[in-house]
Amino acid sequence: MDWGAIFNNAAGELISPTTAAYALAALGLAVHFGYTGLLNFGQAGFMALGAYGYAISILTFGFPVWGAFLVGVGASVIFALILGIPTLRLRADYLAIVTIAAAEIVRLLFTTNAFASVTGSANGLSGYKNEFAALNPLADGTYGFGPFENNAYDTWLGIVAWSIVILAALFVWQIMRSPWGRVIKGIREDEDAVRALGKNVYAYKMQSLILGGVLGTIAGMIFALPRAVVPSNYQTTLTFFIYAILLLGGAATVLGPIIGSMIFWVLLSFFSGFIARAVEAGWLPFMTVVQGSQLRFILVGVAIMLIVIFRPQGVFGNKKELAFVR
Amino acid sequence: MSVNTVPVLPTGPTGKPIKTTDLHVGEAEPGCKKRDPILVVDGVRRTFGGLTAVDVDHVEVPRGAITALIGPNGAGKTTLFNLLTGFDKPDAGKWTFDGRPIAGVPAYRVARFGQIRTFQLTKALGLLTVMDNMLLGAKGQSGENLFRALLPFLWRKQETDNQAKALDLLTRFKLDTKKNDYAASLSGGQRKLLEMARALMSDPTLVMLDEPMAGVNPALTQSLLDHILNLKAQGMTVLFVEHDMHMVRHIADWVIVMAEGKVVAEGDPHEVMKNPAVIDAYLGSHHDEDIGEDPAAEVEHVSAITELLDDER
Ligand SMILES: Nc1ncnc2c1ncn2[C@@H]1O[C@H](COP(=O)(O)OP(=O)(O)O)[C@@H](O)[C@H]1O
Ligand SMILES: [Mg+2]
Repeated sequence: MDWGAIFNNAAGELISPTTAAYALAALGLAVHFGYTGLLNFGQAGFMALGAYGYAISILTFGFPVWGAFLVGVGASVIFALILGIPTLRLRADYLAIVTIAAAEIVRLLFTTNAFASVTGSANGLSGYKNEFAALNPLADGTYGFGPFENNAYDTWLGIVAWSIVILAALFVWQIMRSPWGRVIKGIREDEDAVRALGKNVYAYKMQSLILGGVLGTIAGMIFALPRAVVPSNYQTTLTFFIYAILLLGGAATVLGPIIGSMIFWVLLSFFSGFIARAVEAGWLPFMTVVQGSQLRFILVGVAIMLIVIFRPQGVFGNKKELAFVR
Repeated sequence: MSVNTVPVLPTGPTGKPIKTTDLHVGEAEPGCKKRDPILVVDGVRRTFGGLTAVDVDHVEVPRGAITALIGPNGAGKTTLFNLLTGFDKPDAGKWTFDGRPIAGVPAYRVARFGQIRTFQLTKALGLLTVMDNMLLGAKGQSGENLFRALLPFLWRKQETDNQAKALDLLTRFKLDTKKNDYAASLSGGQRKLLEMARALMSDPTLVMLDEPMAGVNPALTQSLLDHILNLKAQGMTVLFVEHDMHMVRHIADWVIVMAEGKVVAEGDPHEVMKNPAVIDAYLGSHHDEDIGEDPAAEVEHVSAITELLDDER
């Protein structure tokens, strides 16, 4: 068994652009769920809008990178308004139902053959990376060392992705320690009490929904840049992975989603490498390689369960808070 | 109003609170005119299915006084509070606060006008610190705007001022030592105190308290009473719901009695208890099990009323 390769691949995930994308999407959910108490089960929909908004803008309309970026962000603001206007005045569970359904509608719209010329239907889209690669100031060659060695494109993408994550984390950290963040956390605790103190709760919830959604959308763009845009990537399971990451790291924290995403991807890569090789080596004779690739999710699930059992507030959560959770 | 000076309690030479009198015009009857009303309610009705929870023809709340809203369980007091503060919508009716019509105005705006309420079931924001609870009560904070939130130098000074004001109020409510604790760690009575102190952060003109004494440890009752009296001393108007008749008689300047959604009596706290309509309301000419009366509470009311009538003689 090639342990070196397994650990090497796992370590590489620590700073991969995909890990950054999941971290950013989880940060958006932290704004929604951890800080505001909004049950958004449609984060995959926001990510899909980012990925498709970016890809379609470039492929169909020939937009520059910044234009494609703005199209994705604009689409998610509109999506948040459509979700929020009818539901944010209602009880919290309505938002959960509407978001999970709306995200599926978005995915199915991108999957249907009706718009195949623009969306690529079930095959999705590719060939939109050149515009981003053209902005790369790095010369060709390899950068980094050991498990973190990459070609120029991946290095450039990694730098951009993690810079965005760091900026977003600083942004969320700053607003959550401001009076704005105090109102948001108050709404999570009891929105009627906050209303009684003269705050326009509906407007704050809408701002939170838009903000977290835009973070999810940018995450969707980062997620799309190392691969192709395929509609089946944006199923509800994606939202649940993001929730797993959030709870793993700590829901009402800024570092939690980032470290949670790192733990998630390192574990996933480790188990996937380990199982694939274990099957090859005949250690798991009852299993095929395909079954093995499913098993990794089970093992990640077990690992997350263990962390949540022994550290229920998440890695960065405050233990004191948990004493009062009803 | 300055919060830096703790006003002397408005108690007379006998140690009893000084009552504000001469509040009404004409007979003290349901819906009677007040010399200077702050809240004027007209034809407010709210039904839940077949049940008429509130059906108030006309009622006025006098300014600068402490008015008690009493009545048996299910009389519609909380529902009336919810309607007047924009937390519920009536089937019909309108009302003015400080001369301004506010029917249909959303709750947060009602609060900004200076009409602040507390809840029967205390709403301390558990996972916020006591200090953050207080700061949330302050009005017109520029840092509550998402974009200005990013630039702390725009709101730091205001935040510091609000903290000083909050600490002052917390000291008066004897919660200053808890300022960095989660509100969830407070006792029930301390949460009531916090909710009241938080309401004061906005310098309200009318404070509406829904059962401020319910579930409060008797050791804290006196201090809560003093705080309510203090509000009046600082020029605020108080409207509160209460079951404890002794307390009502002790601090209220005016009493409005509700039963089955209607205002059935009004008057000076000493006089109103003798009103047959009030005795009826409590002792029940109605024995409707449907309205969900709590038999234990009913017994309590009966004993409270008889006790009071004895006191009066
Ligand atoms: N949301 C509601 N749905 C149905 N019935 C309600 C609702 N709120 C209050 N009621 C009913 O309205 C009546 C008045 O209730 P409430 O205002 O809470 O009385 P009080 O505060 O005087 O005890 C009660 O019979 C109660 O059961
Ligand atoms: Mg009530």
